Amino acid sequence: MLSIEHLTLQLPYYTSWWRRRWAEVLSDVSLELHPGEVHAVVGASGAGKSLLAHALLGLLPEPKHQTGRLTFQNRALTAARQRQLRGRELALIPQSLDALDPLVRSQRQVSWAASRAGHARSDAWQAAGQALTHYQLDERGRQAFPHELSGGMARRVLTAMAHVSHAQLIIADEPSVGLDPQQRNRVLDALAALALEGKSVLLITHDLRHALPIAQQVTLMNQGRCIETACASAFRGDGDTLATGYARALWQALPDNHFGVLTTTQAQNVA
Amino acid sequence: MLSAYRLHHAFADQTAVLDNVSLSLEAGEWVGLNGLSGAGKSTLGQLLAGHLTPQAGVIKVDGAAPPRSGLQPVQWLPQSPELSVNPRWRVKRILEEAWTPSTALREAFGIEPGWLNRYPSALSGGELQRVCVLRALAPGVRYLIADEISSMLDPLTQLALWQALRQVADERRLGVLVISHDAALLERLCPRRLTLSEGRLSPPARHGAQSA
Repeated sequence: MLSIEHLTLQLPYYTSWWRRRWAEVLSDVSLELHPGEVHAVVGASGAGKSLLAHALLGLLPEPKHQTGRLTFQNRALTAARQRQLRGRELALIPQSLDALDPLVRSQRQVSWAASRAGHARSDAWQAAGQALTHYQLDERGRQAFPHELSGGMARRVLTAMAHVSHAQLIIADEPSVGLDPQQRNRVLDALAALALEGKSVLLITHDLRHALPIAQQVTLMNQGRCIETACASAFRGDGDTLATGYARALWQALPDNHFGVLTTTQAQNVA
Repeated sequence: MLSAYRLHHAFADQTAVLDNVSLSLEAGEWVGLNGLSGAGKSTLGQLLAGHLTPQAGVIKVDGAAPPRSGLQPVQWLPQSPELSVNPRWRVKRILEEAWTPSTALREAFGIEPGWLNRYPSALSGGELQRVCVLRALAPGVRYLIADEISSMLDPLTQLALWQALRQVADERRLGVLVISHDAALLERLCPRRLTLSEGRLSPPARHGAQSA
């Protein structure tokens, strides 16, 4: 479905008004997404997970230096194709709830997403209503402005927007941040259901523990690099089947595992 | 002791988010607070830190009303750090607004010297969160309301943040109210845990009736 080969991205920063430097934010990132699969990208903050999402959709502003190959459905994913496909074949569930228009009620926003994806206008309104119902938003939620929605409801509105677009690849950027367990499970279940329909879901998260039940593959990122891609089933016990020290340390630092870094992994963690 | 007595708070004419909530937090104590989205956890935190004024009820910090101006002894650490910094200030100015943390503390919180000259938009959420936490630890601060501060962090960074915070809190005997959805995390951090639901705090069965 989607393959990323040796993606390297450099973004500018300014040490003063006139001096521009380039910071390498993604280095040699490669990964492969298959239909019907939830692929989790897990990493520390600043690992470049969100940048990866934005690079895939072509949302990063110029100037930038980007090299490497992106292929979507066996054709190169160029900037022009990204522009054409995003919101249709490629959908992003953004991290920031600021992505919602603060002056527009939720059903209207979802219907915009539907018409962008090619629904006729009357049809779009219907589809939006159905999608919101599907994600358990009641009449009040459908008619609410973004500031009236809780974090979980807003996230489900954003998921509904991806849902109505019938996209084949859904990139969910930190969809479960700040949600209570019930809401989080609803949002994650919604993503798992999209994968069951044969779509690919790229789940970007730092929340390894809750990504595991729905993901098949897990890629760990750190400081712009892919550290390891492992099966979700490798994360169990003390994580002995994981290839890298970083993966084991991450696993053991979870509050319901050791909530600590074992000394052996600490030494390897430097890498 | 940070104490709140019979707090009441409602938004517009809806049912009260907080209804007769009382709570106390001793110096050096860690209390965990969880509850569903929209249960009013953040509202309670903001009331305690003086970001909101309670519609009824009294909040006292070490026996006195919180000061009207100057450094607030109760600091609220918000969930979204990007909304609590001035986007036109460089990180150094943000970090040193109230005090100047030592290099050792900066290192303990994993704040790299290279960040100081950047603008907040050039830091990731988790990086900025650490800046915001350290910023709030000025001398004179007695209590912290940590509102989902580690929910956007990966496990390793989360661990490092709590370890660094724990060390400072132990040294200075800070009282910390940890608001989180993560039951496992609260269990690790807080000997006393409370749940907020339908406007009321329910104390855990094992500990005495601290709150109404």
